[in-house]
Amino acid sequence: MSTRLAQGGRLIDRSKPKNFTFNGKRMKGYEGDTLAAALLGENQMLVGRSFKYHRPRGIVASGAEEPNALVNMGQGGRFEPNQRVTTTELFDGLTCTSQNHWPSLEFDVGVVNNYAARFLPAGFYYKTFMAPAAAWKHVFEPIVRQSAGLGKVPTEADVDRYEHFYYHTDVVVIGGGVAGLAAALAAGRSGAKVLVMEQTHHWGGRAPVDGGEIDGQSVEDWIAATLAELEGMENVTLRTRMMGSGVYDHGYVLGYERVADHTPGDGRPRHRLWRIRTKQIVTATGAIERPLSFAGNDIPGVMLASAVRDYVVNWGVSIGDRTVVVTNNDDAYRTALALKEAGLEVPVILDARDEATGPLAEAARDAGIRVEPGRAIAKVNGGKRVTGVSICLQAGEGAALEEIPCDAVAMSGGWSPVVHLWSHCGGKLIWDEAQAHFRPDPDRAPTGHDGEAFVVTAGAASGAMSLADTLENAYEAGKTAAKAAGGKAVRKAGPKAEAEEAQPMAPVWIMPQGAGPQKRMKMWLDYQNDVKVSDVQLAAREGYESVEHTKRYTTLGMATDQGKLSNINGLAVLSDALGQPIPATGTTTFRPPYTPISFGAIAGEARHEIFQPIRRTPMHQWHEEAGAYMEPVGHWRRPYCYAKPGETNEQAVHREVLNTRERLGLLDASTLGKLIVKGPDAGKFMDMMYTNMMSTLAVGKCRYGLMCTENGFLSDDGVVARIDEDTWLCHTTSGGADRIHAWMEEWLQTEWWDWKVYVANVTEQFAQVAVVGPNARKLLEKLGGMNVSKETLPFMQWADGKIGDFDARVYRISFSGELSYEIAVPASQGRAFWDTLLEAGEELGVMPYGTECLHIMRAEKGFIMIGDETDGTVIPQDLGLNWAISKKKEDFLGKRAQLRSHMTDPARWKLVGLETLDGSVLPDGAYAVGEGDNVHGQRNMIGRVTSTYYSPTLKKGIAMGLIKHGPDRMGEVVDFPTVDGSNTVIKARICDPVFYDKDGEKQNV
Amino acid sequence: MLILECPYCGVMADETDLHGGGEAHLKRFGPGSSDDDFETYLFHRKNPKGVHFERWRHVSGCGKWFHAARNTMTLEVYGTYSAQTTEPPKAIVNAVKKKHPEWEGWT
Repeated sequence: MSTRLAQGGRLIDRSKPKNFTFNGKRMKGYEGDTLAAALLGENQMLVGRSFKYHRPRGIVASGAEEPNALVNMGQGGRFEPNQRVTTTELFDGLTCTSQNHWPSLEFDVGVVNNYAARFLPAGFYYKTFMAPAAAWKHVFEPIVRQSAGLGKVPTEADVDRYEHFYYHTDVVVIGGGVAGLAAALAAGRSGAKVLVMEQTHHWGGRAPVDGGEIDGQSVEDWIAATLAELEGMENVTLRTRMMGSGVYDHGYVLGYERVADHTPGDGRPRHRLWRIRTKQIVTATGAIERPLSFAGNDIPGVMLASAVRDYVVNWGVSIGDRTVVVTNNDDAYRTALALKEAGLEVPVILDARDEATGPLAEAARDAGIRVEPGRAIAKVNGGKRVTGVSICLQAGEGAALEEIPCDAVAMSGGWSPVVHLWSHCGGKLIWDEAQAHFRPDPDRAPTGHDGEAFVVTAGAASGAMSLADTLENAYEAGKTAAKAAGGKAVRKAGPKAEAEEAQPMAPVWIMPQGAGPQKRMKMWLDYQNDVKVSDVQLAAREGYESVEHTKRYTTLGMATDQGKLSNINGLAVLSDALGQPIPATGTTTFRPPYTPISFGAIAGEARHEIFQPIRRTPMHQWHEEAGAYMEPVGHWRRPYCYAKPGETNEQAVHREVLNTRERLGLLDASTLGKLIVKGPDAGKFMDMMYTNMMSTLAVGKCRYGLMCTENGFLSDDGVVARIDEDTWLCHTTSGGADRIHAWMEEWLQTEWWDWKVYVANVTEQFAQVAVVGPNARKLLEKLGGMNVSKETLPFMQWADGKIGDFDARVYRISFSGELSYEIAVPASQGRAFWDTLLEAGEELGVMPYGTECLHIMRAEKGFIMIGDETDGTVIPQDLGLNWAISKKKEDFLGKRAQLRSHMTDPARWKLVGLETLDGSVLPDGAYAVGEGDNVHGQRNMIGRVTSTYYSPTLKKGIAMGLIKHGPDRMGEVVDFPTVDGSNTVIKARICDPVFYDKDGEKQNV
Repeated sequence: MLILECPYCGVMADETDLHGGGEAHLKRFGPGSSDDDFETYLFHRKNPKGVHFERWRHVSGCGKWFHAARNTMTLEVYGTYSAQTTEPPKAIVNAVKKKHPEWEGWT
């Protein structure tokens, strides 16, 4: 069993106990514990079930590489799944539960998958697609859905807050181990501005666990002295609990600071995302130990040798009383010695190398530990916990030589430098034959804007595996980065350690090397995704030669750990199966973040009302006070309708329509885009932007215009007014003003830059009100001022003048089919103007109306709406708008495209009106079906509904739609099958899209 | 996240302040052009692994469009220049050639 030892634990404070619960069970740890250390201290080795086979899984590692020990953390608004216990600091009141099992962690029904493992091979998911379709629907999909996903989805909104922080510096050092500190020392001494980040809450990394001396001091004393020196430098900033999450183009770094994960609810932001710009980056990210692949290497109690050592030295926790050490390198001997020193038993060290001759092996022998070279683990015995190991020859096929009872296994397959951050932005790797790992190639570093390297690695992250090499490499890295960032030359010598003698490691990818299929099916490569040696070998046999394909086929190295622990083991097995050297196989792509970061940190402050800026018209407050139901239109909020007490929104909309048609309505049209196009070449430019001829528009007149993309598709529409000889005012859609402004700028700046034209967006400079209905003129005449009679200001003209006391520009344009004046006043006068219109209009029956009323009235008139009748694939010709396309102009944007064969195809769907035979309202977006089936056995489509409403004016459903050969089929009836499950068909007759006042008499009075 | 110098206002702008506009130095084909020329203008774009000429707009700044010559592999920026030209400036072409003698040119 694992337990808390009576003594030891350099990181814990035994005077400060912390209480927590796991699966509802009360447990105790100490300040300084990780949740992993505390769980192990309470003998909670089993922490979860594996993803696919639901095998019992325990803690394997002590850091960010942990694949198994993921828990549901917290409750309610602080619930979060998939939290790694090895990187979670213990705090009082922490609650967590294990994941991926039912009904309980101890007894899990899903474990039947384990016995069916041979029916769930690599690529199982993809292979299900080769079965008949019915099997997928009735057999595979229910199974796959049931077992998909880790953890539980939170059900409540996150109660914590998060923030972003912007930071500029010269050098960022990522990693606060001895390498990071040595690099920071060099960079700090150069005078450069330095930021050092360490992902845990303590400095020094794992060097204090390994021991040794630096500059004649113990490692711990050197760390303390170095920290004191760095803290004394004004140019150095030190941050713990902050992970280097990603390295991006041109020196951009994301730092993920877990400010208050260990003090939830204390008012501080939970996470802070540092968005850093730096000249140089030093990655001192250390190395991660690899597991060994032997049968049963996933049974709880099998752990990385370095992790076993960490738990004993850092937290005073023993994983077992009797620990078998199995290794292919010298480092694991340190674990054996540490266990021995803590008074624990190490029955044997199995060294896969033919001989064990290094000084550490000698020290182990001197300590009385049995050392067995050339030996391997044939299999681990046990279910939910290790009970013993069978020993065999590494060179053989696994015949057991001896059974050794034990309750823990410490394994070491060598060390892989953490190259993620180096690789994020293009740093390349080389294969180091002696260490059997990929390490950064200093000659192929990530390059910045000047083509020069901007990332340098330090210490174990460079592949320097001894303390002496680490310090030398890291101090040099700090100097290199500081110099490149413009720091002074550093003359002061760096820290030194004694060189140690070491016996070379031997690569061991399978243990024993001749293991048969039975054993290979129990050798886990990727613990989180349940990928075994046999799965990778199967993938290779089935033709998956690219490592990227094998990854996706087997899921090797996917999910939350992204193969930190054992990807190299998988690559080695794949290389062996393909008969090629490991560097020829290569690695999968390393992508940010290094470990998962919270969505909250990514979102930062951008939540709720400040998620996005809201644009408000000058009358916005009036609408809100009137209780308007608002809807988003671009960044605007516009009134959808103004429901009165006791009225539904639908009733309100219908009232607004009828009142506007019979009396008088007011619409806040301020959101309508208003662009001024001005200059000697403005007419020429307008003719290019619009499909219509705009250069010939007379001063004082208005014209409805269409804009297309170079693809010929309709992009925006609106009424253009000729203001003077050099000036046009273009109305755009409410959501389109900024886009169309940018579109005009793009053409003026990049294609016709010699044309003398300026464009200004004056949308927010004016408040605009549509005064609509038979009483519209009476209202304006009551207010007095300019002449708004039919004779002086006829339809489709505009004039400047006064309405009452207000300076106004009045357009006689109509989107409703009624007598209508759109009146622009200075934005500052908008609210006063609106109030004046409402007050004076009272006796004329005035009511404000919203966007839905506007939509219905325009549909009754057969006017198109960008975004309803258009969707980026519709050309003006489809909508019967040929009258708005100039035939005289040589060129306009979209003209050439509209001549392409597909655009002139007579079979294109074209706009028509639709009236249901029973007067009902067609569903929005409903498809019309024709004769016959397509290749998928579905009915052939011949059109679709683009706008559909109940018309209060006509007291029946009206719709517009695009129908194949539509205009040639007037009076014919087409079928619209419903999709609501009723299996009914709605029949509608094709008709003219103008349902109301076909001759346009009402707007022209 | 790239940093590009806006040649109009001189600001070293973060990519978030910029709007990418794709390949630079396209020749527009309008009415009267052949189907092939028009298709090339509308749809065919280079996607080089290496030296590339791009359009960018300093959208959260001075609003000007400009061109950038950069390397899509190494992220090196050889220079930025006015969008009001049909070909890259000689100095930038020379800078690229000096760095990459094997480069086949911008067309």
